[in-house]
Amino acid sequence: MREMVKMVIVLTVLSSLSGGLLTALKNTTEERIDNQVLKFVKGPAIETIMEGAQNDPVADRFSLTVDGMERNFFVGVFDGNPQAVAFEAKASGFGGDMGVMVGFNVNTDKIIGVSVTTHNETPGIGATVETNTDFKNQFAGLPADTDPKVKKDGGGINAMSGATVTSRGVCTAVRKATDLYQQIKSQIKDQVKTFTG
Amino acid sequence: MAKTIGQEFVKGLWEEIPPFRLVLGLCPTLAVTKSVENGIGMGLATTFVLVCANILVSILSGIIPSKIRIACFIIIIATFVTVVELVMQAYTYQLFMELGIFIPLIVVNCIVLGRSEAFASKNGVIPSLADGLGIGIGFTLSLTAISAVRESLGSGTLLGYSIFGPSFEPFSFMVEAPGAFICLGLLLCIMNIIGRK
Repeated sequence: MREMVKMVIVLTVLSSLSGGLLTALKNTTEERIDNQVLKFVKGPAIETIMEGAQNDPVADRFSLTVDGMERNFFVGVFDGNPQAVAFEAKASGFGGDMGVMVGFNVNTDKIIGVSVTTHNETPGIGATVETNTDFKNQFAGLPADTDPKVKKDGGGINAMSGATVTSRGVCTAVRKATDLYQQIKSQIKDQVKTFTG
Repeated sequence: MAKTIGQEFVKGLWEEIPPFRLVLGLCPTLAVTKSVENGIGMGLATTFVLVCANILVSILSGIIPSKIRIACFIIIIATFVTVVELVMQAYTYQLFMELGIFIPLIVVNCIVLGRSEAFASKNGVIPSLADGLGIGIGFTLSLTAISAVRESLGSGTLLGYSIFGPSFEPFSFMVEAPGAFICLGLLLCIMNIIGRK
């Protein structure tokens, strides 16, 4: 009986000490880990969109809760003014969800660029969306209330050859981003203003 | 009979060097040694866990009831592995992504549990520290050796730097799984030839 009790006590104490230590460590590293994930997973896409920004858009970000979901918005400062904002939208491609980062100019209400963050598309076909700048550049300059479609669906976007599904996915993601932008435009603009070069 | 601290340390570098002499922990050995950076990273992570787990196990060996010693060892090891995981995520995110699942899997690495059970639970703190450090550095050296052979032949680089010049055609078989087995076997063979003299 005594041995039983001892076993229970030892295990309990050991587990709780371990749990306590790890919770403390988790709390101290959490912010840094979030930053690292953003930097390495979303960072490259954000930097492509915000090329030439005077600040670090990955660091200068704010979050808003929209429809119960917390989203990150990345702010880009150009010519001394915070005027670009980028955020991610998701849509299905050929191989599951794709994450597409869409950047907007809040002064002109135009798309400044799109870039793919995560995808699971077929290598050599849909996956070329990573590098196909001709395709992605078609979105730049479109108005922020646009509903882009590939030509096959009666829109104006040239799909990537052989990768209609992926191209459609990107269009859907961009539309989701523009919808969200329209929905919370004023909130975004207020927040963006608080960042200065 | 009792070995000195120095001997406890040195035995991990040749006499009982894992995974060549102490044929344990083969799974991470074979899986992560595609590049020297990964090999060293994995080795250091394992070393940290080994040393900390050895120290704590030898301190607590008096109060851990023998019936639940394995469970206690696993809690201790898992705690340190999680520490490594969080720290790597926060500071070396790219390496963490490369090593992926093999970091959490250090928990079930036979070397770590083996040293706790076979050595640390029966010896004092200082010998356990020396043992953990020796075995850990030995493991790191082994991984570095295997990954140096594999990376140089398989990708023509060493720590990311090209070593054979642009005309070298990478022998990509070496960075595949079978190449890992063959490389391990050949190195073991060389060690046996040297060791026999």
